[in-house]
Amino acid sequence: MSIVLRWLVTAYALLFCSLSLAAIGDINMPVGVTPISKEVYGLHMMIFWICCVIGVLVFAVMFYSMFKHRKSKGAKAADFHESTVVEIIWTAVPLVILIAMAIPAAKTLIAMEDTSDADVTIKVTGYQWKWHYEYLDSEISFFSSLDADHNAARQVGSGIDVSQFDNYLKEVDNELVLPVGKKIRFLHTASDVIHSWWVPALAVKKDAIPGFINENWALIEEPGVYRGKCAELCGRDHGFMPIVVRAVPEEEYEQWVAEMSPAPMVAETSEDSAPAAADGDAEREWALAELMEKGESVYNTSCAACHQANGQGLPGAFPAIAGSPVATGPVDAHINVIYAGVSGTAMAAFANQLSDSDMAAVITYQRNAFGNTVGDLVQPSAIKALR
Amino acid sequence: MSTATADHHDHDDHHGPAPGLMRWVYTTNHKDIGTLYLLFALVMFFIGGGMALIIRAELFQPGLQIVDPLFFNSMTTMHALVMIFGVVMPAFVGLANWMIPMMIGGPDMALPRLNNWSFWIMPFAFAVLLSTLFMEGGGPAGGWTLYAPLSLQGGDNLAFVIFAIHFMGISSVMGSINIVATIFNMRAPGMTLMKMPLFVWTWLITAYLLIAVIPVLAGAVTMLLTDRYFDTSFFSAAGGGDPVMFQHIFWFFGHPEVYILILPAFGIISSIIPTFARKPLFGYASMVYATASIAFLSFIVWAHHMFTVGMPLAGEMFFMFATMMISVPTGVKVFNWIATMWRGSMTFETPMLFAIGFLVMFTIGGLSGLMLAITPADIQYHDTYFVVAHFHYVLVPGAIYSIMAATYYWIPKWTGNMYDEKWGKIHFWVSTVFLNVLFFPMHFVGLAGMPRRIPDYSMQFADWNAVATIGAFGFGFSQLIFVYVVYKCIKGGEKATTEVWEGADGLEWTVPSPAPYHTFETPPAIR
Repeated sequence: MSIVLRWLVTAYALLFCSLSLAAIGDINMPVGVTPISKEVYGLHMMIFWICCVIGVLVFAVMFYSMFKHRKSKGAKAADFHESTVVEIIWTAVPLVILIAMAIPAAKTLIAMEDTSDADVTIKVTGYQWKWHYEYLDSEISFFSSLDADHNAARQVGSGIDVSQFDNYLKEVDNELVLPVGKKIRFLHTASDVIHSWWVPALAVKKDAIPGFINENWALIEEPGVYRGKCAELCGRDHGFMPIVVRAVPEEEYEQWVAEMSPAPMVAETSEDSAPAAADGDAEREWALAELMEKGESVYNTSCAACHQANGQGLPGAFPAIAGSPVATGPVDAHINVIYAGVSGTAMAAFANQLSDSDMAAVITYQRNAFGNTVGDLVQPSAIKALR
Repeated sequence: MSTATADHHDHDDHHGPAPGLMRWVYTTNHKDIGTLYLLFALVMFFIGGGMALIIRAELFQPGLQIVDPLFFNSMTTMHALVMIFGVVMPAFVGLANWMIPMMIGGPDMALPRLNNWSFWIMPFAFAVLLSTLFMEGGGPAGGWTLYAPLSLQGGDNLAFVIFAIHFMGISSVMGSINIVATIFNMRAPGMTLMKMPLFVWTWLITAYLLIAVIPVLAGAVTMLLTDRYFDTSFFSAAGGGDPVMFQHIFWFFGHPEVYILILPAFGIISSIIPTFARKPLFGYASMVYATASIAFLSFIVWAHHMFTVGMPLAGEMFFMFATMMISVPTGVKVFNWIATMWRGSMTFETPMLFAIGFLVMFTIGGLSGLMLAITPADIQYHDTYFVVAHFHYVLVPGAIYSIMAATYYWIPKWTGNMYDEKWGKIHFWVSTVFLNVLFFPMHFVGLAGMPRRIPDYSMQFADWNAVATIGAFGFGFSQLIFVYVVYKCIKGGEKATTEVWEGADGLEWTVPSPAPYHTFETPPAIR
């Protein structure tokens, strides 16, 4: 059995080398920064140690038997094959352990589900593949998507070394800013498929389901940046819609709200304020070059995930823009597809996701890029007229 | 494999196997059909394993190096569908075909023509399923759970996948009806229900589970089909439907399905451990009752797959407590196996090694399952690699190891030759080491926050993912040893005795090795 031994030694050496390389702190659930997350962590460690003790006892008996009661050591087989007393004991003892575990678990669960008396309410909407945040107590709302540099680096064959990013795939363009010490209620929904908003440090994970609203809550105790991910498979870019929560002291939060409210930070892509924020943009005439430049950047953030950066799409799944009958056909039909989406397919309605000038630019871009040479251009005012 | 001729047999036996390839197409012989099922499962094991290696290769390091995320998603989807419906289920049906008639002293399965049909549907079902990978738009990419509305977004592969699932379902239901009919009608006189080997018992219960839940799956996927093509709105909120309803219906099938994948394994382990401990199974009756309890509980725990969908508090409580209850009968089983080993006279041939591997690692998977039952903690574990680690611990060293153990245990009876013990043991040790290198680190990355079903991940998960990928390739390629051992055993080797194993007990060990083409044409006398 020397070959077996050698394999064993090699493989486990490999395992333990990696163990020393890996940050040991990253092999367990984070304690988190909310009362609930701390309770959950406590439950997790309690059940973990209970399982360890059960495992050690069970394996100890098993391995003792395997070493002692082997034929090569001259063990003679006994012939007992039942014992009602023993059977009752090993049915009853686990039951008692289970009840002992169920009580604290039920208490935590009740606390988790109590969303009453919240100080701040945030509506979180999942989109393929970004998040939309709406502060229901003020006028603030914005989209939050994967940081552009990370997005460029994560493309297949990008040639960019992703290890240069400290928080690879964990940075967004617009962070969700929340106050410390306040009970925050989250309302979860989705616009297309099911997503799941998960921030481990807050012990918050809830499915965002189109047509339904789910609730949960968090009370963040320490200022800091907490990162999360979408946890429910939601299509091609499921792995690329991170969440970043910045928790700040209350005064700082009030200041941020005041700054954001009159002129939202991301006016261009802001849902409620899109027509208002467009101010001059939607009124004036845009030049082709200007629309094309803006269109390219909008295309890369909003369209390229499916239709691909080169406009070729993925045959059978996502149609090509290059030479497509929509992008080279009548402009009104093209606008309608972008504005209202195509029901029954993955093509979303962008009316609420993009501003007038974004939509005008991206339509113009699609009609005049990737070898399409329609030559016409769409003015933001044409989109504004649809609203 | 079973090419024995009548000269082993003490009475007239002119129905030998038909010559040529058509033997396998027309066969109604339970041994031939068992062989077909097992070979089919072996082929699918390598196809599904190849998909797993694509997944692990992409996850070897951060960044996307090899595949498009959409193809990655279709690999995770297909890997699951192939491994569940194409490997574990057919392998268990193959073992049932081979062993149940021999274990109960019956001449064949009760419905031999149905038996032929239920096998021959499978290759076509999987040809349809796998063909979607070569269609425009690729294979299904919404996860094997086919959650609406995501699964409705893809291309026309959905129609083919649903068609394939219906085929597999028809095959499973027919196979199950056959097993139930066989067990109730073909037992030798004196083989009372409570004398049946546990493998027969666990399969009887599994067959009932299949008959109960496969139609539920068929209903769910048919509703998907009409939502996609006929404008119904079962699962679309915009039309008055509910996406969560799909999950309820799916998991009402899906949770019993989990036990369909493990109950026959319990039966196999309950056959092997007594043989190599040279001691009767401890607590036979309680094993039967525990199996029945697990089967019953499997129908009332489905929503523990859905703790994050926003259920009422009372619902979450109920499903938490019901799920925790499952650990009681499962614990009884583990304790019974250990009590069977206790004060036995053990030897450690390959089947016993795989059985002990099952016992140790299935227990690890069971304990992480207990952790997952605790709802507040599950909300953190849900949809992370912790869950991936859990169900691979119960399915790979659970279901797959039991199938390997069964193969090593019964292959001398099937072929008449002993397998190569040295290579069998090497297969076990190499597989077991790599399996743990592969799946154990998944607990760590899952707890640290890595979601499942993602093609790319943050730097903090890089080290353990690299380790897991090394384990995956090691585990995958070490299965070639299994193929070598099986091939060598079919070709020849030391002749097996009738008993094969010193401590063997049961009717299958009373017929010659290899088992003649027809066995127990006259029922044996039961002690």
